[in-house]
Amino acid sequence: MREKILTYIEKNSRVSLKDLAILLGTDEVTVANEIVEMEKEHIICGYHTLIDWDKTTEEKVTALIEVKVTPQRGQGFDKIAERLYNYPEVDCVYLVSGGYDFMVMIEGKTMRSVAQFVSDKLSPQECVLSTATHFILKKYKDHGSVMVRSSKDERQLVTL
Amino acid sequence: MRNPLSETIVNIKPSGIRKFFDIVSEMKDAISLGVGEPDFDTPWHVRDEGIYSLEKGRTFYTSNAGLMELKEEISKYLDRRIGVHYNPKNEIIVTVGGSEGIDIAMRAMLDPGDEVLIPQPSYVSYEPCCLLAGGKPVIIELKAENEFRLTKQELLDAITDKTKLLVLPFPNNPTGAIMEKEDLEAIAEVIIEKDIFVLTDEIYSELSYKGDHVSITSLPGMQERTILINGFSKAYAMTGWRLGYACGPKEIIEQMLKIHQFAIMCAPTTSQYAAVEAMRNGDKDVAQMREAYNQRRRYLMHAFKEMGLECFEPFGAFYVFPCIKEFGMTSEEFATRFLEEEKVAVVPGTAFGDCGEGFLRISYAYSLDNLKVALNRMAHFVDRLRQEQKK
Repeated sequence: MREKILTYIEKNSRVSLKDLAILLGTDEVTVANEIVEMEKEHIICGYHTLIDWDKTTEEKVTALIEVKVTPQRGQGFDKIAERLYNYPEVDCVYLVSGGYDFMVMIEGKTMRSVAQFVSDKLSPQECVLSTATHFILKKYKDHGSVMVRSSKDERQLVTL
Repeated sequence: MRNPLSETIVNIKPSGIRKFFDIVSEMKDAISLGVGEPDFDTPWHVRDEGIYSLEKGRTFYTSNAGLMELKEEISKYLDRRIGVHYNPKNEIIVTVGGSEGIDIAMRAMLDPGDEVLIPQPSYVSYEPCCLLAGGKPVIIELKAENEFRLTKQELLDAITDKTKLLVLPFPNNPTGAIMEKEDLEAIAEVIIEKDIFVLTDEIYSELSYKGDHVSITSLPGMQERTILINGFSKAYAMTGWRLGYACGPKEIIEQMLKIHQFAIMCAPTTSQYAAVEAMRNGDKDVAQMREAYNQRRRYLMHAFKEMGLECFEPFGAFYVFPCIKEFGMTSEEFATRFLEEEKVAVVPGTAFGDCGEGFLRISYAYSLDNLKVALNRMAHFVDRLRQEQKK
Protein backbone atom coordinates (compact mmCIF):
# COMPACT_ATOMS: atom_id res chain seq x y z
CA MET A 1 0.00 0.00 0.00
CA ARG A 2 2.80 2.41 0.88
CA GLU A 3 4.42 2.01 -2.49
CA LYS A 4 1.10 2.61 -4.24
CA ILE A 5 0.40 5.72 -2.22
CA LEU A 6 3.87 7.08 -2.90
CA THR A 7 3.74 6.31 -6.62
CA TYR A 8 0.47 8.19 -6.87
CA ILE A 9 1.25 11.25 -4.76
CA GLU A 10 4.70 11.61 -6.26
CA LYS A 11 2.86 12.74 -9.39
CA ASN A 12 -0.08 14.43 -7.74
CA SER A 13 0.22 15.36 -4.10
CA ARG A 14 -2.96 17.41 -4.21
CA VAL A 15 -5.23 14.40 -4.57
CA SER A 16 -7.78 14.31 -1.75
CA LEU A 17 -7.62 11.48 0.77
CA LYS A 18 -11.07 10.41 -0.29
CA ASP A 19 -10.14 10.15 -3.96
CA LEU A 20 -6.86 8.47 -3.20
CA ALA A 21 -8.63 5.82 -1.14
CA ILE A 22 -11.09 5.14 -3.98
CA LEU A 23 -8.36 4.98 -6.60
CA LEU A 24 -6.30 2.53 -4.58
CA GLY A 25 -9.27 0.45 -3.51
CA THR A 26 -8.92 1.02 0.22
CA ASP A 27 -10.44 3.29 2.87
CA GLU A 28 -9.64 6.84 3.81
CA VAL A 29 -8.42 6.05 7.32
CA THR A 30 -5.81 3.58 6.06
CA VAL A 31 -4.49 6.08 3.54
CA ALA A 32 -4.43 8.92 6.06
CA ASN A 33 -2.61 6.82 8.65
CA GLU A 34 -0.01 5.58 6.19
CA ILE A 35 0.70 9.10 5.01
CA VAL A 36 1.10 10.42 8.55
CA GLU A 37 3.41 7.52 9.38
CA MET A 38 5.51 8.13 6.29
CA GLU A 39 5.74 11.81 7.12
CA LYS A 40 6.98 10.91 10.60
CA GLU A 41 9.51 8.49 9.17
CA HIS A 42 10.67 11.14 6.70
CA ILE A 43 9.84 8.91 3.77
CA ILE A 44 7.64 11.79 2.70
CA CYS A 45 9.86 14.84 3.15
CA GLY A 46 7.69 17.59 1.75
CA TYR A 47 5.05 18.60 -0.77
CA HIS A 48 6.24 20.93 -3.47
CA THR A 49 4.77 22.55 -6.51
CA LEU A 50 6.31 22.13 -9.92
CA ILE A 51 6.52 25.60 -11.44
CA ASP A 52 7.71 26.67 -14.83
CA TRP A 53 9.21 30.02 -13.75
CA ASP A 54 10.05 30.84 -17.34
CA LYS A 55 6.38 31.50 -17.95
CA THR A 56 6.24 34.09 -15.16
CA THR A 57 7.76 37.57 -14.99
CA GLU A 58 9.96 36.46 -12.10
CA GLU A 59 13.66 36.53 -12.99
CA LYS A 60 15.52 33.46 -11.85
CA VAL A 61 18.60 31.56 -12.85
CA THR A 62 19.51 28.06 -11.93
CA ALA A 63 22.98 26.57 -12.12
CA LEU A 64 24.40 23.09 -11.72
CA ILE A 65 27.80 23.22 -10.09
CA GLU A 66 30.26 20.37 -10.19
CA VAL A 67 32.37 20.45 -7.05
CA LYS A 68 35.59 18.53 -6.48
CA VAL A 69 36.65 18.22 -2.85
CA THR A 70 39.16 16.52 -0.58
CA PRO A 71 37.29 14.43 1.93
CA GLN A 72 38.27 15.09 5.51
CA ARG A 73 39.79 12.46 7.63
CA GLY A 74 37.27 10.70 9.84
CA GLN A 75 34.33 12.64 8.46
CA GLY A 76 34.27 11.64 4.83
CA PHE A 77 31.96 13.57 2.58
CA ASP A 78 29.10 14.10 4.98
CA LYS A 79 30.68 17.00 6.82
CA ILE A 80 31.45 18.79 3.56
CA ALA A 81 27.96 18.14 2.29
CA GLU A 82 26.58 19.76 5.40
CA ARG A 83 28.71 22.86 4.78
CA LEU A 84 27.21 23.03 1.30
CA TYR A 85 23.57 22.33 2.00
CA ASN A 86 23.36 24.76 4.87
CA TYR A 87 23.49 27.68 2.45
CA PRO A 88 19.87 28.68 1.80
CA GLU A 89 20.57 29.44 -1.85
CA VAL A 90 21.58 25.81 -2.42
CA ASP A 91 18.64 23.80 -3.70
CA CYS A 92 20.06 20.29 -4.03
CA VAL A 93 23.27 18.56 -3.05
CA TYR A 94 24.10 15.12 -4.41
CA LEU A 95 27.22 13.05 -3.84
CA VAL A 96 27.92 11.50 -7.22
CA SER A 97 30.22 9.00 -8.86
CA GLY A 98 32.46 10.01 -11.76
CA GLY A 99 34.79 12.92 -12.45
CA TYR A 100 33.74 15.10 -9.53
CA ASP A 101 32.26 14.60 -6.07
CA PHE A 102 29.26 16.85 -5.49
CA MET A 103 26.58 18.08 -7.79
CA VAL A 104 25.15 21.24 -6.29
CA MET A 105 22.12 22.95 -7.68
CA ILE A 106 21.66 26.58 -6.87
CA GLU A 107 19.02 29.11 -7.63
CA GLY A 108 19.63 32.85 -7.71
CA LYS A 109 18.00 36.04 -8.93
CA THR A 110 20.75 36.86 -11.40
CA MET A 111 23.76 35.22 -12.95
CA ARG A 112 25.91 37.60 -10.97
CA SER A 113 24.44 36.48 -7.66
CA VAL A 114 25.13 32.85 -8.57
CA ALA A 115 28.67 33.71 -9.69
CA GLN A 116 29.20 35.56 -6.48
CA PHE A 117 28.09 32.62 -4.44
CA VAL A 118 30.58 30.40 -6.23
CA SER A 119 33.49 32.81 -5.94
CA ASP A 120 32.80 34.12 -2.45
CA LYS A 121 31.37 31.16 -0.62
CA LEU A 122 31.95 27.90 -2.41
CA SER A 123 35.44 28.07 -3.92
CA PRO A 124 37.24 29.55 -0.90
CA GLN A 125 36.27 26.57 1.24
CA GLU A 126 39.37 24.71 2.31
CA CYS A 127 38.14 21.34 1.19
CA VAL A 128 36.97 22.51 -2.25
CA LEU A 129 39.52 21.75 -4.96
CA SER A 130 37.67 23.07 -7.97
CA THR A 131 34.24 23.94 -9.32
CA ALA A 132 32.58 24.09 -12.74
CA THR A 133 29.38 26.07 -13.04
CA HIS A 134 26.74 25.26 -15.67
CA PHE A 135 23.88 27.70 -16.09
CA ILE A 136 20.61 26.16 -17.11
CA LEU A 137 19.39 27.69 -20.36
CA LYS A 138 16.05 25.98 -20.79
CA LYS A 139 14.13 23.43 -18.81
CA TYR A 140 12.44 20.81 -20.95
CA LYS A 141 11.38 18.25 -18.42
CA ASP A 142 11.32 18.26 -14.65
CA HIS A 143 10.14 15.60 -12.21
CA GLY A 144 8.77 13.57 -15.09
CA SER A 145 6.67 16.41 -16.46
CA VAL A 146 7.43 17.81 -19.87
CA MET A 147 7.32 21.62 -19.68
CA VAL A 148 7.24 22.44 -23.36
CA ARG A 149 4.34 20.37 -24.67
CA SER A 150 0.60 20.73 -24.46
CA SER A 151 -1.39 17.54 -24.65
CA LYS A 152 -4.40 17.13 -26.86
CA ASP A 153 -6.50 14.06 -27.51
CA GLU A 154 -5.69 13.11 -31.07
CA ARG A 155 -7.54 9.84 -31.17
CA GLN A 156 -9.83 9.64 -34.17
CA LEU A 157 -13.12 7.95 -34.78
CA VAL A 158 -12.91 4.28 -35.29
CA THR A 159 -15.28 1.37 -35.12
CA LEU A 160 -14.60 -0.48 -31.91
CA MET B 1 -26.02 -1.05 -65.62
CA ARG B 2 -25.86 -4.17 -63.52
CA ASN B 3 -25.66 -3.89 -59.78
CA PRO B 4 -21.95 -3.74 -59.03
CA LEU B 5 -22.31 -4.78 -55.40
CA SER B 6 -22.27 -8.06 -53.60
CA GLU B 7 -25.51 -8.85 -51.86
CA THR B 8 -23.64 -10.29 -48.90
CA ILE B 9 -21.81 -7.09 -48.13
CA VAL B 10 -24.76 -4.80 -48.82
CA ASN B 11 -26.81 -6.72 -46.27
CA ILE B 12 -24.24 -6.20 -43.54
CA LYS B 13 -25.06 -3.23 -41.30
CA PRO B 14 -22.34 -0.65 -40.65
CA SER B 15 -21.21 -0.30 -37.04
CA GLY B 16 -23.56 1.82 -34.91
CA ILE B 17 -20.86 3.53 -32.89
CA ARG B 18 -19.88 6.11 -35.43
CA LYS B 19 -22.80 8.45 -35.59
CA PHE B 20 -22.49 9.76 -32.03
CA PHE B 21 -18.91 10.66 -32.49
CA ASP B 22 -19.47 12.55 -35.65
CA ILE B 23 -21.59 14.87 -33.51
CA VAL B 24 -19.04 15.02 -30.68
CA SER B 25 -16.27 16.22 -32.92
CA GLU B 26 -18.36 19.23 -33.89
CA MET B 27 -19.75 20.08 -30.47
CA LYS B 28 -17.83 22.54 -28.33
CA ASP B 29 -16.93 21.42 -24.79
CA ALA B 30 -18.21 17.95 -25.51
CA ILE B 31 -16.48 15.15 -23.67
CA SER B 32 -16.27 11.72 -25.13
CA LEU B 33 -16.17 8.57 -23.07
CA GLY B 34 -16.60 6.54 -26.18
CA VAL B 35 -13.16 5.83 -27.53
CA GLY B 36 -12.06 2.22 -27.37
CA GLU B 37 -8.31 2.70 -27.46
CA PRO B 38 -5.70 3.50 -24.82
CA ASP B 39 -5.09 7.17 -24.01
CA PHE B 40 -1.42 6.46 -23.34
CA ASP B 41 1.30 6.96 -25.90
CA THR B 42 3.26 3.91 -26.97
CA PRO B 43 6.19 3.63 -24.51
CA TRP B 44 9.12 5.65 -25.81
CA HIS B 45 11.62 2.77 -25.96
CA VAL B 46 9.22 0.93 -28.25
CA ARG B 47 8.73 3.94 -30.53
CA ASP B 48 12.47 4.47 -30.52
CA GLU B 49 13.03 0.94 -31.73
CA GLY B 50 10.58 1.54 -34.59
CA ILE B 51 12.45 4.70 -35.55
CA TYR B 52 15.77 2.88 -35.31
CA SER B 53 14.54 0.15 -37.64
CA LEU B 54 13.66 2.83 -40.20
CA GLU B 55 17.05 4.50 -39.77
CA LYS B 56 18.71 1.18 -40.43
CA GLY B 57 16.73 0.88 -43.63
CA ARG B 58 14.62 -2.08 -42.61
CA THR B 59 11.93 -1.11 -45.04
CA PHE B 60 11.34 -4.43 -46.80
CA TYR B 61 8.62 -7.03 -46.39
CA THR B 62 9.20 -9.56 -43.69
CA SER B 63 8.43 -13.21 -44.33
CA ASN B 64 4.69 -13.77 -44.62
CA ALA B 65 4.10 -15.15 -41.16
CA GLY B 66 6.20 -12.38 -39.59
CA LEU B 67 9.74 -11.85 -38.32
CA MET B 68 11.13 -15.02 -36.74
CA GLU B 69 12.58 -12.87 -33.97
CA LEU B 70 9.13 -11.53 -33.15
CA LYS B 71 7.44 -14.93 -33.31
CA GLU B 72 10.04 -16.26 -30.90
CA GLU B 73 9.32 -13.41 -28.51
CA ILE B 74 5.59 -14.02 -28.80
CA SER B 75 6.17 -17.68 -28.04
CA LYS B 76 8.23 -16.82 -24.95
CA TYR B 77 5.64 -14.28 -23.86
CA LEU B 78 2.80 -16.81 -24.07
CA ASP B 79 4.87 -19.34 -22.16
CA ARG B 80 5.47 -16.79 -19.47
CA ARG B 81 2.01 -15.22 -19.26
CA ILE B 82 -0.47 -18.03 -19.91
CA GLY B 83 1.72 -21.11 -19.63
CA VAL B 84 1.11 -22.43 -23.14
CA HIS B 85 3.80 -23.28 -25.67
CA TYR B 86 3.40 -22.40 -29.34
CA ASN B 87 6.07 -23.29 -31.87
CA PRO B 88 7.25 -20.05 -33.48
CA LYS B 89 7.99 -21.94 -36.72
CA ASN B 90 4.49 -23.02 -37.60
CA GLU B 91 1.97 -22.20 -34.89
CA ILE B 92 2.19 -18.40 -34.82
CA ILE B 93 1.31 -15.84 -37.45
CA VAL B 94 1.80 -12.10 -37.08
CA THR B 95 -1.24 -10.20 -38.32
CA VAL B 96 -2.39 -6.65 -39.04
CA GLY B 97 -4.02 -6.14 -35.65
CA GLY B 98 -6.07 -8.73 -33.83
CA SER B 99 -8.89 -7.96 -36.23
CA GLU B 100 -7.13 -9.53 -39.20
CA GLY B 101 -6.62 -12.65 -37.11
CA ILE B 102 -10.36 -12.89 -36.46
CA ASP B 103 -11.12 -12.52 -40.15
CA ILE B 104 -8.62 -15.03 -41.49
CA ALA B 105 -9.34 -17.57 -38.76
CA MET B 106 -13.01 -17.58 -39.73
CA ARG B 107 -12.23 -17.76 -43.43
CA ALA B 108 -9.84 -20.64 -42.83
CA MET B 109 -12.28 -22.61 -40.70
CA LEU B 110 -15.78 -22.06 -42.05
CA ASP B 111 -17.73 -23.69 -44.84
CA PRO B 112 -21.13 -22.43 -45.97
CA GLY B 113 -23.75 -23.26 -43.37
CA ASP B 114 -21.32 -23.76 -40.51
CA GLU B 115 -22.68 -22.15 -37.40
CA VAL B 116 -20.56 -19.80 -35.31
CA LEU B 117 -21.60 -19.07 -31.75
CA ILE B 118 -21.08 -15.41 -30.94
CA PRO B 119 -21.74 -14.27 -27.39
CA GLN B 120 -23.06 -10.69 -27.25
CA PRO B 121 -22.70 -7.91 -26.20
CA SER B 122 -19.31 -8.08 -27.88
CA TYR B 123 -16.95 -6.44 -30.30
CA VAL B 124 -18.72 -5.54 -33.51
CA SER B 125 -16.69 -7.45 -36.06
CA TYR B 126 -17.30 -11.13 -35.25
CA GLU B 127 -20.69 -11.24 -36.92
CA PRO B 128 -19.68 -9.53 -40.20
CA CYS B 129 -16.46 -11.56 -40.41
CA CYS B 130 -18.46 -14.73 -39.96
CA LEU B 131 -20.95 -13.70 -42.66
CA LEU B 132 -18.16 -12.77 -45.07
CA ALA B 133 -16.61 -16.17 -44.48
CA GLY B 134 -19.91 -17.82 -45.43
CA GLY B 135 -20.72 -18.92 -41.90
CA LYS B 136 -23.94 -18.53 -40.03
CA PRO B 137 -23.73 -16.40 -36.89
CA VAL B 138 -25.71 -17.70 -33.93
CA ILE B 139 -25.95 -15.14 -31.17
CA ILE B 140 -25.75 -16.11 -27.51
CA GLU B 141 -27.21 -13.34 -25.39
CA LEU B 142 -25.14 -12.90 -22.26
CA LYS B 143 -26.91 -11.77 -19.11
CA ALA B 144 -26.22 -9.10 -16.55
CA GLU B 145 -27.12 -11.49 -13.73
CA ASN B 146 -24.19 -13.70 -14.79
CA GLU B 147 -21.93 -10.64 -14.94
CA PHE B 148 -21.98 -11.15 -18.70
CA ARG B 149 -19.98 -14.37 -18.49
CA LEU B 150 -20.80 -17.26 -20.78
CA THR B 151 -22.35 -20.13 -18.86
CA LYS B 152 -22.25 -23.82 -19.70
CA GLN B 153 -26.02 -23.94 -20.06
CA GLU B 154 -26.15 -20.99 -22.45
CA LEU B 155 -23.54 -22.71 -24.56
CA LEU B 156 -25.32 -26.06 -24.54
CA ASP B 157 -28.61 -24.41 -25.52
CA ALA B 158 -27.03 -22.82 -28.58
CA ILE B 159 -25.17 -25.84 -29.95
CA THR B 160 -26.62 -27.73 -32.94
CA ASP B 161 -25.10 -30.37 -35.29
CA LYS B 162 -23.94 -27.51 -37.47
CA THR B 163 -22.01 -25.69 -34.77
CA LYS B 164 -18.36 -25.44 -35.74
CA LEU B 165 -16.86 -22.58 -33.79
CA LEU B 166 -17.34 -20.64 -30.57
CA VAL B 167 -16.06 -17.08 -30.34
CA LEU B 168 -14.84 -16.35 -26.82
CA PRO B 169 -14.38 -12.59 -26.39
CA PHE B 170 -12.95 -12.15 -22.89
CA PRO B 171 -11.91 -9.84 -21.24
CA ASN B 172 -14.89 -8.35 -22.98
CA ASN B 173 -15.49 -5.21 -24.93
CA PRO B 174 -18.03 -3.61 -24.12
CA THR B 175 -18.95 -5.13 -20.76
CA GLY B 176 -15.53 -5.50 -19.12
CA ALA B 177 -16.53 -9.04 -18.11
CA ILE B 178 -13.90 -11.72 -17.63
CA MET B 179 -14.02 -15.51 -17.53
CA GLU B 180 -12.18 -17.06 -14.61
CA LYS B 181 -10.65 -20.51 -14.61
CA GLU B 182 -13.75 -22.32 -13.29
CA ASP B 183 -15.94 -20.57 -15.88
CA LEU B 184 -13.60 -21.67 -18.65
CA GLU B 185 -13.36 -25.25 -17.39
CA ALA B 186 -17.13 -25.60 -17.61
CA ILE B 187 -17.05 -24.31 -21.19
CA ALA B 188 -14.07 -26.46 -22.21
CA GLU B 189 -15.86 -29.60 -21.11
CA VAL B 190 -18.72 -28.90 -23.51
CA ILE B 191 -16.39 -27.85 -26.33
CA ILE B 192 -14.49 -31.13 -26.18
CA GLU B 193 -17.57 -33.27 -25.77
CA LYS B 194 -19.37 -31.64 -28.70
CA ASP B 195 -16.20 -31.51 -30.80
CA ILE B 196 -16.23 -27.83 -31.69
CA PHE B 197 -13.49 -25.23 -31.96
CA VAL B 198 -12.81 -21.99 -30.15
CA LEU B 199 -11.69 -18.61 -31.40
CA THR B 200 -10.55 -16.85 -28.25
CA ASP B 201 -10.03 -13.11 -28.64
CA GLU B 202 -7.74 -12.14 -25.79
CA ILE B 203 -6.71 -8.70 -26.98
CA TYR B 204 -7.50 -7.27 -23.51
CA SER B 205 -5.74 -10.08 -21.62
CA GLU B 206 -3.17 -7.76 -20.02
CA LEU B 207 -5.97 -5.59 -18.68
CA SER B 208 -7.31 -7.99 -16.07
CA TYR B 209 -7.84 -6.68 -12.57
CA LYS B 210 -8.64 -9.84 -10.65
CA GLY B 211 -5.52 -11.95 -10.70
CA ASP B 212 -3.77 -13.00 -13.88
CA HIS B 213 -5.74 -13.63 -17.03
CA VAL B 214 -6.46 -17.29 -17.74
CA SER B 215 -6.59 -18.48 -21.33
CA ILE B 216 -8.83 -21.35 -22.41
CA THR B 217 -5.90 -22.74 -24.45
CA SER B 218 -4.13 -23.56 -21.19
CA LEU B 219 -6.82 -26.07 -20.19
CA PRO B 220 -6.23 -29.77 -20.96
CA GLY B 221 -7.26 -30.78 -24.47
CA MET B 222 -8.00 -27.21 -25.57
CA GLN B 223 -4.84 -26.06 -27.35
CA GLU B 224 -5.49 -28.44 -30.25
CA ARG B 225 -8.93 -26.92 -30.88
CA THR B 226 -8.33 -23.25 -30.16
CA ILE B 227 -7.20 -20.28 -32.18
CA LEU B 228 -5.81 -17.63 -29.87
CA ILE B 229 -5.97 -14.01 -31.00
CA ASN B 230 -3.96 -11.34 -29.26
CA GLY B 231 -2.01 -8.24 -30.17
CA PHE B 232 -0.11 -5.17 -29.14
CA SER B 233 -2.82 -2.51 -29.39
CA LYS B 234 -4.33 -2.60 -25.94
CA ALA B 235 -1.52 -3.97 -23.78
CA TYR B 236 1.23 -1.71 -25.12
CA ALA B 237 -0.92 1.20 -26.32
CA MET B 238 0.08 0.45 -29.92
CA THR B 239 -3.24 0.73 -31.77
CA GLY B 240 -1.88 2.74 -34.68
CA TRP B 241 0.93 0.27 -35.35
CA ARG B 242 -1.65 -2.30 -36.44
CA LEU B 243 -0.06 -5.40 -35.07
CA GLY B 244 -1.51 -8.57 -33.65
CA TYR B 245 -0.98 -12.30 -33.78
CA ALA B 246 -2.86 -15.55 -34.05
CA CYS B 247 -1.69 -18.86 -32.60
CA GLY B 248 -3.14 -22.31 -33.04
CA PRO B 249 -2.67 -25.82 -34.37
CA LYS B 250 -0.32 -25.80 -37.35
CA GLU B 251 -2.93 -27.25 -39.74
CA ILE B 252 -5.18 -24.24 -39.17
CA ILE B 253 -2.35 -21.67 -39.06
CA GLU B 254 -1.06 -23.04 -42.38
CA GLN B 255 -4.40 -22.31 -44.07
CA MET B 256 -4.72 -18.91 -42.39
CA LEU B 257 -1.27 -18.10 -43.69
CA LYS B 258 -2.47 -18.68 -47.24
CA ILE B 259 -5.20 -16.07 -46.90
CA HIS B 260 -2.80 -13.72 -45.12
CA GLN B 261 -0.11 -14.04 -47.79
CA PHE B 262 -2.51 -13.43 -50.66
CA ALA B 263 -4.48 -10.60 -49.05
CA ILE B 264 -1.93 -8.86 -46.84
CA MET B 265 1.57 -10.18 -47.68
CA CYS B 266 2.91 -9.42 -44.23
CA ALA B 267 2.32 -7.17 -41.24
CA PRO B 268 4.12 -3.79 -41.23
CA THR B 269 7.87 -4.26 -40.82
CA THR B 270 8.50 -1.19 -38.64
CA SER B 271 5.75 -2.27 -36.28
CA GLN B 272 7.22 -5.75 -36.02
CA TYR B 273 10.62 -4.46 -34.95
CA ALA B 274 9.01 -2.15 -32.41
CA ALA B 275 6.95 -5.08 -31.11
CA VAL B 276 10.07 -7.15 -30.48
CA GLU B 277 11.22 -4.42 -28.11
CA ALA B 278 7.76 -4.23 -26.50
CA MET B 279 7.82 -7.96 -25.73
CA ARG B 280 11.40 -7.93 -24.46
CA ASN B 281 11.30 -4.87 -22.26
CA GLY B 282 7.69 -3.77 -21.98
CA ASP B 283 6.40 -5.66 -18.95
CA LYS B 284 6.79 -2.73 -16.60
CA ASP B 285 5.01 -0.35 -18.99
CA VAL B 286 2.10 -2.75 -19.16
CA ALA B 287 1.99 -3.00 -15.37
CA GLN B 288 1.99 0.78 -15.02
CA MET B 289 -0.84 1.26 -17.48
CA ARG B 290 -2.82 -1.56 -15.91
CA GLU B 291 -2.51 0.12 -12.52
CA ALA B 292 -3.67 3.45 -13.93
CA TYR B 293 -6.70 1.82 -15.59
CA ASN B 294 -7.48 -0.07 -12.43
CA GLN B 295 -7.50 3.16 -10.41
CA ARG B 296 -9.91 4.77 -12.83
CA ARG B 297 -12.07 1.66 -12.83
CA ARG B 298 -12.41 1.87 -9.06
CA TYR B 299 -13.17 5.55 -9.33
CA LEU B 300 -15.96 4.97 -11.84
CA MET B 301 -17.50 2.15 -9.83
CA HIS B 302 -17.51 4.38 -6.79
CA ALA B 303 -19.13 7.23 -8.70
CA PHE B 304 -21.88 4.95 -10.04
CA LYS B 305 -22.54 3.70 -6.56
CA GLU B 306 -22.95 7.26 -5.34
CA MET B 307 -25.33 7.98 -8.21
CA GLY B 308 -27.27 4.86 -7.30
CA LEU B 309 -26.71 3.49 -10.79
CA GLU B 310 -26.80 -0.26 -11.16
CA CYS B 311 -23.56 -1.72 -12.49
CA PHE B 312 -21.79 -5.04 -11.99
CA GLU B 313 -18.11 -4.74 -11.22
CA PRO B 314 -16.12 -5.43 -14.39
CA PHE B 315 -12.67 -6.94 -13.98
CA GLY B 316 -11.25 -6.55 -17.45
CA ALA B 317 -10.57 -4.27 -20.43
CA PHE B 318 -11.22 -0.55 -19.93
CA TYR B 319 -15.00 -0.40 -20.02
CA VAL B 320 -17.83 -0.33 -17.57
CA PHE B 321 -21.33 -1.24 -18.62
CA PRO B 322 -23.88 0.42 -16.33
CA CYS B 323 -27.58 -0.37 -16.51
CA ILE B 324 -30.00 2.47 -17.28
CA LYS B 325 -33.24 0.50 -17.39
CA GLU B 326 -34.65 2.41 -14.40
CA PHE B 327 -35.12 5.50 -16.58
CA GLY B 328 -37.54 3.80 -18.92
CA MET B 329 -35.79 4.74 -22.12
CA THR B 330 -33.70 2.92 -24.67
CA SER B 331 -29.92 3.05 -24.59
CA GLU B 332 -29.96 5.14 -27.71
CA GLU B 333 -32.47 7.64 -26.29
CA PHE B 334 -30.41 7.93 -23.12
CA ALA B 335 -27.16 8.40 -25.02
CA THR B 336 -28.70 10.97 -27.36
CA ARG B 337 -30.18 13.06 -24.54
CA PHE B 338 -27.01 12.75 -22.49
CA LEU B 339 -25.03 14.10 -25.38
CA GLU B 340 -27.47 16.89 -26.20
CA GLU B 341 -28.07 18.03 -22.62
CA GLU B 342 -24.76 17.38 -20.90
CA LYS B 343 -22.40 17.10 -23.83
CA VAL B 344 -21.00 13.75 -22.86
CA ALA B 345 -20.78 10.98 -25.42
CA VAL B 346 -21.13 7.35 -24.42
CA VAL B 347 -21.93 4.37 -26.61
CA PRO B 348 -25.39 2.76 -26.36
CA GLY B 349 -25.13 -0.90 -25.40
CA THR B 350 -27.14 -1.86 -28.47
CA ALA B 351 -24.14 -1.05 -30.68
CA PHE B 352 -22.75 -4.39 -29.46
CA GLY B 353 -25.83 -6.51 -29.99
CA ASP B 354 -29.55 -6.29 -29.27
CA CYS B 355 -29.05 -7.67 -25.78
CA GLY B 356 -27.03 -4.57 -24.93
CA GLU B 357 -30.37 -2.73 -24.68
CA GLY B 358 -30.69 -0.95 -21.36
CA PHE B 359 -26.93 -0.53 -20.94
CA LEU B 360 -24.21 1.95 -21.84
CA ARG B 361 -20.57 1.40 -22.62
CA ILE B 362 -18.35 3.86 -20.82
CA SER B 363 -14.67 3.79 -21.62
CA TYR B 364 -12.12 4.77 -19.01
CA ALA B 365 -9.29 5.17 -21.45
CA TYR B 366 -9.37 8.84 -20.42
CA SER B 367 -7.49 10.90 -17.86
CA LEU B 368 -8.95 11.03 -14.39
CA ASP B 369 -9.61 14.77 -14.73
CA ASN B 370 -11.61 14.10 -17.84
CA LEU B 371 -13.55 11.30 -16.16
CA LYS B 372 -14.34 13.51 -13.18
CA VAL B 373 -15.94 16.20 -15.31
CA ALA B 374 -17.93 13.61 -17.22
CA LEU B 375 -19.08 11.86 -14.06
CA ASN B 376 -20.24 15.16 -12.57
CA ARG B 377 -22.31 15.81 -15.64
CA MET B 378 -23.66 12.29 -15.47
CA ALA B 379 -24.71 12.74 -11.84
CA HIS B 380 -26.64 15.90 -12.81
CA PHE B 381 -28.26 14.16 -15.71
CA VAL B 382 -29.30 11.14 -13.67
CA ASP B 383 -30.75 13.42 -10.97
CA ARG B 384 -32.72 15.32 -13.54
CA LEU B 385 -34.11 12.15 -15.08
CA ARG B 386 -35.22 10.94 -11.67
CA GLN B 387 -36.93 14.28 -10.96
CA GLU B 388 -38.76 14.00 -14.27
CA GLN B 389 -39.90 10.50 -13.42
CA LYS B 390 -41.39 11.66 -10.12
CA LYS B 391 -43.62 14.22 -11.79
